[in-house]
Amino acid sequence: MSPTPKPTGSAEIGARTEPGRVAPALDSTLLDIDTALVVEILEGFIREEVHKVGFDRAVVGLSGGVDSSAVTALACRALGADHVVPVIMPFRTSSPSSEADARLVCDVLGAVPEIVDISPQVDDYFSAFPDADRTRRGNKMARERMSILYDRSMEHRALVVGTSNKTELLLGYGTLYGDMASALNPIGDLYKTQVFALARRLDLPERVISKPPSADLWEGQSDEDELGLRYATVDVLLYHLVDERRGRDELVALGFAPEMVDDVVRRVRTSQYKRRPPLIAKLSKRTIDRDFRYPRDWGR
Amino acid sequence: MVLERRRPRLTDTEPLRQPDPASTGAVVVAMAQIAPRLGDVATNLARHLGIIAEAQANGAGLVVFPELSLTGYFLKDLVPDVALRLQGDEIRALCEACTSVDACVGCVLESDDSRFYNAALYISGGGVRHIHRKVYLPTYGLFDEQRYLATGDRFRAFDMPLGMRAGGRPWRGGTVICEDIWHPSSLSLLARQRVDAFLCPSASPRRGVLRGEALGTAHSYDVMTRTYAQLFTAFFVYCNRVGYEDGINFWGGSRVVGPDGVPLADAAGADETLIYQRIERPALRRARIETPLLRDERHDVTDAETDRIRRDRRAD
Repeated sequence: MSPTPKPTGSAEIGARTEPGRVAPALDSTLLDIDTALVVEILEGFIREEVHKVGFDRAVVGLSGGVDSSAVTALACRALGADHVVPVIMPFRTSSPSSEADARLVCDVLGAVPEIVDISPQVDDYFSAFPDADRTRRGNKMARERMSILYDRSMEHRALVVGTSNKTELLLGYGTLYGDMASALNPIGDLYKTQVFALARRLDLPERVISKPPSADLWEGQSDEDELGLRYATVDVLLYHLVDERRGRDELVALGFAPEMVDDVVRRVRTSQYKRRPPLIAKLSKRTIDRDFRYPRDWGR
Repeated sequence: MVLERRRPRLTDTEPLRQPDPASTGAVVVAMAQIAPRLGDVATNLARHLGIIAEAQANGAGLVVFPELSLTGYFLKDLVPDVALRLQGDEIRALCEACTSVDACVGCVLESDDSRFYNAALYISGGGVRHIHRKVYLPTYGLFDEQRYLATGDRFRAFDMPLGMRAGGRPWRGGTVICEDIWHPSSLSLLARQRVDAFLCPSASPRRGVLRGEALGTAHSYDVMTRTYAQLFTAFFVYCNRVGYEDGINFWGGSRVVGPDGVPLADAAGADETLIYQRIERPALRRARIETPLLRDERHDVTDAETDRIRRDRRAD
């Protein structure tokens, strides 16, 4: 196995295109979705799956980004804005504009947010580990937010609705048991560019849709810089790789740079553990999830 | 009972004319497009009995339910737990409800040697008149049926006594369950047994939301139901379920297609509903005069070629 080149800085490892024309592989209209149909399916999904467990409310961690804003909007449509609790959880280094955007989304939707500043608990923890790098700090913040959402869900008798999209789930660009944790995920089968289209359909404020995507874990963070990939490109690559089951050589022949293909394939493979429950050592005749297989909606 | 509260009440979608049965064999078919509760046979059975009574009161002679209507679809290891025996109380209750109305219901049927089938029972005159065990169990993509279920091995047409109640002849029925219709030989074998109406209970999940493929599975079923009805000049009754199981949505779209390939009523949407459609024999006769495909079918050629193919295969 040859070593895979690491993405560097903000330079995109992109697709090769001839000047003046878009390679067919890069044609992002491939990912155009019927947004009306998607909204209909996802509204029903949230409503039915929340009601099935005997709840009628949802809790959503709202950052002011496009994913959580779209999920909050879907939940409001499905359950009514008075049955949705958006929780805004800034850290002291979070961009103030993120909180402003989150509040704007709540205003537009008619939902009343809860604000929980996570700075004291995060700072208190890291006072014992002052050398922790920003990845550890970012993961910790994501998991603090998760624990707050699950606490709010108990108080409100509401399900935690997740906000991870298909791109970040496939690339492993998320914190296990942090932002990846939820009871239901309405947008986990939509690539990031499709979430943008969904957000437009849901009439979310333009500035929520047009700002550069960011996990907002530290100042100036940008998804695309950190990944070394542009969503518009990597989504199309993932579509060919995952949905269309194309192999490496086919992807290169379609016009994607070999280094980018290898990088994305490696990310998908090495992050597989994040998309699965923990491994259970097989001992008995019937092991959970191995040969004890029941639907989650068992009896519902 | 949160589910019932927010679902629309089951209502009829068109005013029913009283059938004039003796001359035309006319009968009203009701399609119960429902969302069964996964793994809860008692609740589903109670709903079946209620729907059968409601449809009968509204003049239906036959009520068709979706695939696995008594159990729900993605059962996995629940299969043995929800399986019914032909002699069991649940089927007896359905038989008692079907003395003067017929019903086609879906269940997991357990055999005496502990095999579990995805079955559709045709119940009439207080008893089970026909059992179809799904032959083609999809085991790919999101489907996993062969892991849990045994495969059926026959397509048999049967008499549906509903026409006789009014003094006419029985209708000739043929049941195919969902994936069965992705194999045209299923329909062809039934048509050869003089089927007047195909009954197709279904649990078809929705997938595909890209523009251009937005109708995805629904489009395929639209094409298949119209094509089979036209090619075999028979009615095609398609009853698909609705609701969600583990995040998977079923798209409904239940319908009846006439023997000329034209849908008789707009396909139902994705909500729970009870749809009524009157069918009658003169439509079959007209279609078969206009397009005598059944008359012209060369079964002798099919048989001879099948024999040759089998001989050649043996010689390999």
